[in-house]
Amino acid sequence: MLLENRRCVRPLGSDQVNTGPRAPRCLMLDPERRRADPGREEQEVGRAGPREVDGNYCLTCGSDKTLKLWNPLRGTLLRTYSGHGYEVLDAAGSFDNSSLCSGGGDKAVVLWDVASGQVIRKFRGHAGKVSTVQFNEEATVILSGSIDSSIRCWDCRSRKPEPVQKLDEARDGVSSLKVSDHEILAGSVDGRVRRYDLRVGQLFSDYVGSPITCICFSRDGQCTLVSSLDSTLRLLDKDTGELLGEYTGHKNQEYKLDCCLSERDTHVVSCSEDGKVFFWDLVEGSQALALPVGPGVVQSLAFHPTEPCLLTAMGGSIHCWREESYEAEGGTG
Amino acid sequence: MAALDSDGEEDLVSYGTGLDPLEEGERPKKPVPLQEQTVRDEKGRYKRFHGAFSGGFSAGYFNTVGSKEGWTPSAFISSRQNRADKSVLGPEDFMDEEDLSEFGIAPKAIVTTDDFASKTKDRIREKARQLAAATAPIPGATLLDDLIAPAKLSVGFELLRKMGWKEGQGVGPRVKRKPRQQKSDPGVRIYGCALPPGHSEGSEDEDDDYLPENATFAPKDVIPVDFTPKDNVHGLAYKGLDPHRALFGVSGDHFNLFSAGSERASHLFGEAGLSKGRKLGISGQAFGVGALEEEDDDIYATETLSKYDTVLKDEEPGDGLYGWTAPKQYKSQKESERDLQYIGKIVDGFSLSSKSLSSKKIYPPPELPRDYRPVHYFRPELSATPENSRLLQVLSESSGKAVCNPGTQSRHQLNAAKRGDLLGETPIQGSPTSVLEFLSQKDKERIKEMKQATDLKVAQLKARGLAQNAPSGRPQSSSSDGGHCSWHATPSDRTASARASNFKPFAKDPEKQKRYEAFLANMKQGRHDALERCLDPGMTEWERGREREEFARASLLYVSSHSTLSSRFTHAKDEDDSEQVEVPRDQENDISDKQSAVKMKKFGKLTRDTFEWHPDKLLCKRFNVPDPYPDSTLVGLPRVKRDKYSVFNFLTLPETASSPATPTSSRKIQQHQDLNKSRKPSRWDTSNQEKREESSSEFLSVAGSAVGTPKQEPSPLVNQEEEPVPEPLSEQKMVNKGADLQTEGEASRPSMDLFKAIFASSSDENSSSSEDEQGDSEDEQPGAGEADLTHSSETDLATTSSMTLASEPAPRAPAPSFPIQKMHFDEREEFGPRLPPVFCPNARQELEVPQKEKPKKNKDKHKLKKEHRRKKEKKKKHRKHKHKGKQKTPKAEKSSSSESTGSSDSLSDDEGAAAMSPEELLRRLKRLPLKRQ
Repeated sequence: MLLENRRCVRPLGSDQVNTGPRAPRCLMLDPERRRADPGREEQEVGRAGPREVDGNYCLTCGSDKTLKLWNPLRGTLLRTYSGHGYEVLDAAGSFDNSSLCSGGGDKAVVLWDVASGQVIRKFRGHAGKVSTVQFNEEATVILSGSIDSSIRCWDCRSRKPEPVQKLDEARDGVSSLKVSDHEILAGSVDGRVRRYDLRVGQLFSDYVGSPITCICFSRDGQCTLVSSLDSTLRLLDKDTGELLGEYTGHKNQEYKLDCCLSERDTHVVSCSEDGKVFFWDLVEGSQALALPVGPGVVQSLAFHPTEPCLLTAMGGSIHCWREESYEAEGGTG
Repeated sequence: MAALDSDGEEDLVSYGTGLDPLEEGERPKKPVPLQEQTVRDEKGRYKRFHGAFSGGFSAGYFNTVGSKEGWTPSAFISSRQNRADKSVLGPEDFMDEEDLSEFGIAPKAIVTTDDFASKTKDRIREKARQLAAATAPIPGATLLDDLIAPAKLSVGFELLRKMGWKEGQGVGPRVKRKPRQQKSDPGVRIYGCALPPGHSEGSEDEDDDYLPENATFAPKDVIPVDFTPKDNVHGLAYKGLDPHRALFGVSGDHFNLFSAGSERASHLFGEAGLSKGRKLGISGQAFGVGALEEEDDDIYATETLSKYDTVLKDEEPGDGLYGWTAPKQYKSQKESERDLQYIGKIVDGFSLSSKSLSSKKIYPPPELPRDYRPVHYFRPELSATPENSRLLQVLSESSGKAVCNPGTQSRHQLNAAKRGDLLGETPIQGSPTSVLEFLSQKDKERIKEMKQATDLKVAQLKARGLAQNAPSGRPQSSSSDGGHCSWHATPSDRTASARASNFKPFAKDPEKQKRYEAFLANMKQGRHDALERCLDPGMTEWERGREREEFARASLLYVSSHSTLSSRFTHAKDEDDSEQVEVPRDQENDISDKQSAVKMKKFGKLTRDTFEWHPDKLLCKRFNVPDPYPDSTLVGLPRVKRDKYSVFNFLTLPETASSPATPTSSRKIQQHQDLNKSRKPSRWDTSNQEKREESSSEFLSVAGSAVGTPKQEPSPLVNQEEEPVPEPLSEQKMVNKGADLQTEGEASRPSMDLFKAIFASSSDENSSSSEDEQGDSEDEQPGAGEADLTHSSETDLATTSSMTLASEPAPRAPAPSFPIQKMHFDEREEFGPRLPPVFCPNARQELEVPQKEKPKKNKDKHKLKKEHRRKKEKKKKHRKHKHKGKQKTPKAEKSSSSESTGSSDSLSDDEGAAAMSPEELLRRLKRLPLKRQ
């Protein structure tokens, strides 16, 4: 089962929101809807890019074969990175915002220079679409997961065209990938979450059952949030693989939708195919909020790393959500 | 000093310069320190080192010329009477004499430079150079080198010369030359074209000299075969335009100075033209007429046949050098051969030897027997059995061979002694033919006993299996005595049946094999109810169905497995590496049980697989993480080699079905569910762990209480709880229960042992099926008769608790092992969700449990540390190792065999006991932790 093939609607992805002068206060997000960039909706089918580390920028990628860097606060387009041959399926930024990596339908993983907008390197070797890319902590290695069911680790420092290592334990396409300082977390369509621990040299494989669409670490690094195609999010203990929480109510049966945790790990946020963004209380598991975004499918979302600020992507637009008091200021931008 | 003391003695050799003798009262001089030591030249002047000790320009006396004052201009005095002649000053006038010495900047002495150093050092290179000179387009360069021989010779040459060697001679002791016979032989006959007389005579003139009788000669110089590498792009043996001849026509005499080889070459190539006196200036493969060539009409000369030899002439000598060495090389070789002619090697103008060869005697071929048929055919090799004896006879008669071997044994089956008997030899008394004959009578008896005992044990085990096969229907045979007696006869039965057919899919189970053979016989007779007739009426319906399936499949698969066919093949002894593929050692578990676990939201141990994973070193470096496996070279998951084409790689389900723990676990899960039925699981089920603990303790308490009830008769030595055989009633219950659980697919699939029996070689232990394993392990050690199956069940206990515990009375045994169980109780198989129906109605599955133990125990020895290892792999892997049963003395073995019979008796008495014997459960529980090792 290839998740990617099912995607028909894949709007512009969005990402992290800027920081404001206001200190984060409330946990609840006030649903304030804002078009990030009404004028530029040409990115028809896209996928949310990753969060920028400091939350000042928003990176989107989509079927127009480009990556775009936005200022989500003002909604201005900062730079466009073009060089992919097919749609761009995922992108990520390095810790110092100096470089970007992206992967897409042209089976290539591209390393970009943020400032110049030039392609630094292209890594080829995947046999299928690259569905997810990540930098490691120091942006020395790019990890890319592809629907060819492999994860490849590309060395940014050497000039070798071959990947440093190929993790081909997955039985189906790798849909989601996250990297911590010593771990590689990969969710695969074969229904397993694999965690490669470099420090202890072990591979932990947790069986979830249904195809996994998105995974992420909790911010404390103790848990993994797993969303799968059975419309369920699960919070698993990272070390034991036990189920800590289960979050249902949204609809996710066809598409590769994103999920994330709020900035303080208090809430679980997930896209839904019914045009809403769902919030659950992490501990109680109760649905806290269903935020209606629009009529389509909310394809992608990203949460600000430190502030209660959320970006969602639907159709060809990005929405930036933040608490009400802030909205008055930032809404105009 | 020593030299001074012993001045008078001439023998002594003194080295170095002696020190000045010490004067009386004089204080010894202090040695001059290194930095104050000075170097003076021969004139007592301080020597200054210019540059690097030499070569620096040292002008004059302390850098003055000639004198202390330096260079003084000479006075120029010229008068009328005394005219001063004009003197021209050269640079030497301004130099010191050191500068003119050997190491100065303008040495006056003549020194051989490298260009003129002797090149005879490298003889091979010189040869190559000579060859190159012959073919070089411009001859002068190398020829000059030859002409101007350097005066300096290498040390080797000097030494050789001092030893009497001369240039052109060979090295070695001098030899006495035989008087020439060929030449003096007047009756020499010359065949073919004789050599030009002048040429041959010229070369042999020297040889006509008078040879004194006792004169010795130096050996011939051996010219090494020179292999010059072909470094051009011309064709093989291409020879360019010969410059000598192209430029100067036929080589004149004065050009022989340059190359003696050219003359020879012209002899070789242009002999025909030369003999006719033509001045054909061009030779070689280059074409055209040179600019200096005057006569060019000859190139249009028509070729006539007269130029060619009409008779095959043996041009090449027998040395084989011709054709692959350069012509010049060959020429010189040939010349030396010509010298050798008188020895007997006649190359050109060969002559007959005077004596004729003695004709070889020809022996007539042996006469064929009258009935010999020159067609070879392969006789099917038949084993001598009563059924086959007729056939054998017919065959041997048809092959025209006298039936000389009694007992219908083929010739090759006889050993030396028997053949000797047939030939009427007297048997050799002195040397026994077998090691066994060295044994004393007592030992022989003991061995025999042991053999019988092991056979007996097999029989008992089979009996036990059979008793469980037929728990209800055959009270007679399953009762202890009946089963016993009937199975005493088994070994002989087995051997008899072994001869009957070479293909025995159920060889490990003689009863089954017998049934199968009966089935085959019935099939041959065309009975439709063949299956029904041969099946054991005492078996349960399910077993019968299963066996029916097996038989049908086996007969289908092995229609062609005639004994003759199978006898042609032999089992491979070694494993072929190319037949193996590398597969990951650890594979993720079967999903089915995980799916059920996910359904029950039992995440954690059940859904998790842990593998050893080796990150790349560079990746570790990039992640700033120390390499977890610094010594390992592999990357990724560890891989193992597997049989590439093994059927068992693809049959995964039967493995799980036959895995010993699964029935237990399923049963336990049932219990577990019963226990927790009332409890509603919390939403997150986060308390998996403690719940598990709780339930396990609950379960254990139940089990323990059950153990406490004195159900079994106390046997002094054997712990009856260890008996792996569950009660037949429980089995029955399982059958009923399992009926609905069982998937259709499993029911219809032939049993694993069928596959194994069919596809696995009988010598391969690891392919033996679960029930066959009993037989296998039995077969392995019957010679020693040391390990038996009951022991294995004991030893598995011994691994968990201890041997002493095992031998203690039954009720006490489980108590100390509880902590161990608790420690390892969160075993995956134990408390997961309901596993897929893996119940095996065949009681043999239960029986095999102790067998499985052995490999697991072995695991400790092998460094398998991952608990996530699949059982399947375990089995595969460890069956290959020898079953290391406890080695016991034959005596103990004997007693244990009797114990085992007793236990089996008691077991059969236990019919109608509780559904699941707690002993059984406990035993399994104890066994479980081992898996985690």
